[in-house]
Amino acid sequence: MLSRRIIPCLDVRDGEVVKGVRFRDHVAMGRIEDLALRYRDEGADELVFYDITASPEGRSVDRAWVERVARLIDIPFCVAGGIRSVEEARAVLWAGADKISVNSPALERPALVGELARAFGVQCVVVGIDSLLDVDSEWRVRQYSGDPEKTRALSRRTLDWVIEVQDLGAGEIVLNCMGSDGARTGYDVPQLKAVRKVCRVPLVASGGAGCAGDFAAVFKEADADAALAASVFHSGALPIPNLKKYLREEQIEVRDVA
Amino acid sequence: MTPRLVLLDSGGANLGSVQAAFKRLGIDAPVTSDWNAIRDATHVVLPGVGAADACMTRLRENGLDRLIPRLTQPLIGICVGMQLLFDRSEESDTECLGLLRGEVRLLKSSPGVRVPHMGWNRLEGVPGAAHPLMNGLDREAVYFVHSYAAATSSDTIAATTHGLPFSAMVAKGSVMGAQFHPERSSAAGARLLSNFLSLE
Repeated sequence: MLSRRIIPCLDVRDGEVVKGVRFRDHVAMGRIEDLALRYRDEGADELVFYDITASPEGRSVDRAWVERVARLIDIPFCVAGGIRSVEEARAVLWAGADKISVNSPALERPALVGELARAFGVQCVVVGIDSLLDVDSEWRVRQYSGDPEKTRALSRRTLDWVIEVQDLGAGEIVLNCMGSDGARTGYDVPQLKAVRKVCRVPLVASGGAGCAGDFAAVFKEADADAALAASVFHSGALPIPNLKKYLREEQIEVRDVA
Repeated sequence: MTPRLVLLDSGGANLGSVQAAFKRLGIDAPVTSDWNAIRDATHVVLPGVGAADACMTRLRENGLDRLIPRLTQPLIGICVGMQLLFDRSEESDTECLGLLRGEVRLLKSSPGVRVPHMGWNRLEGVPGAAHPLMNGLDREAVYFVHSYAAATSSDTIAATTHGLPFSAMVAKGSVMGAQFHPERSSAAGARLLSNFLSLE
């Protein structure tokens, strides 16, 4: 049986891992390689690196660290950050990333998702979606969320976008629920449940993890395939071996930590 | 004797990670399409990243589609590389190398069974089919990311279940395959590569 995946997310800015609260006020967390190795050793199932400033600054991800990470670790990892073309995606995949994730550039030009899927196969095309509940009780997509000055609210409904990107060729969807991001009050289970209903590809929950029970809830109630978190892991508040032990006790299939 | 390993050039993008995985075992893994270098190797890896038809096109362009069937040393196809060993792939209706009987088909999705099959899943050894490639790997979790797979057959030495069971590892004489990514499967993946290198 396929295991539920635990994915530490490393936000990268200027070659360092950083973390902010509700997408703002980033503080340095450490070197990319050190954190990558630490999470690999603790039993992370996969890593995601977001170059959070690449998209707002209109540049692509820095390949040098992608190559270093690819040679260092023996678990899969995904890279996101300003990938706007098949050529830029190819460079990141050639540097050794297993998957690439597109977010703002897919909103700028949705055809990009299909181009990537045709070039590399749907299995390495991840679409990241930043989503927030609006006052009219609709979830809508946000763009350029890596920079609060440039973040834009779009008229696009989250559920519509989830359906559209799958039709275009997304092989996995990361739903980042901005309302709960960094707050450690739990994943946005109602929103993830709604997205799960229209999502036939793997779904990664993101935003809000604060304790082991939050992970159990998102797997059991929202049927997420994977759960992504940052601060709860970076701070040491929830060691991954403890989390996996807890999830096993909750009858949730996870990969054993050696 | 130190194995002389080569990676066949099937046009895949992501060979650096496979090379790094062998490097961790102390083995160089140059990428080549040179017949003499390949004939001289003790162990041959057929990697595959992307679509089956693109990989087969590359192998026809560089002539390796004619060399591979003549090789006698241990050969392992990885991920799409394993799929290329079969007669055909349903992906773009591609004619493959035909070293193993059968067709590679799109995985069926069903409630709770998502396609692509993405993540860590267990190897289930086939009772009575103990193969040296499977040493220490029964029930181990390894990393998969694929939409197509070969059904289980008499060549299956490990199955994995995603909805239905499929061939996670195959072996027929000197021809072997792994549907998962050993270079991304942590200690279990290193074990598979080391098992492969110990074959004669």
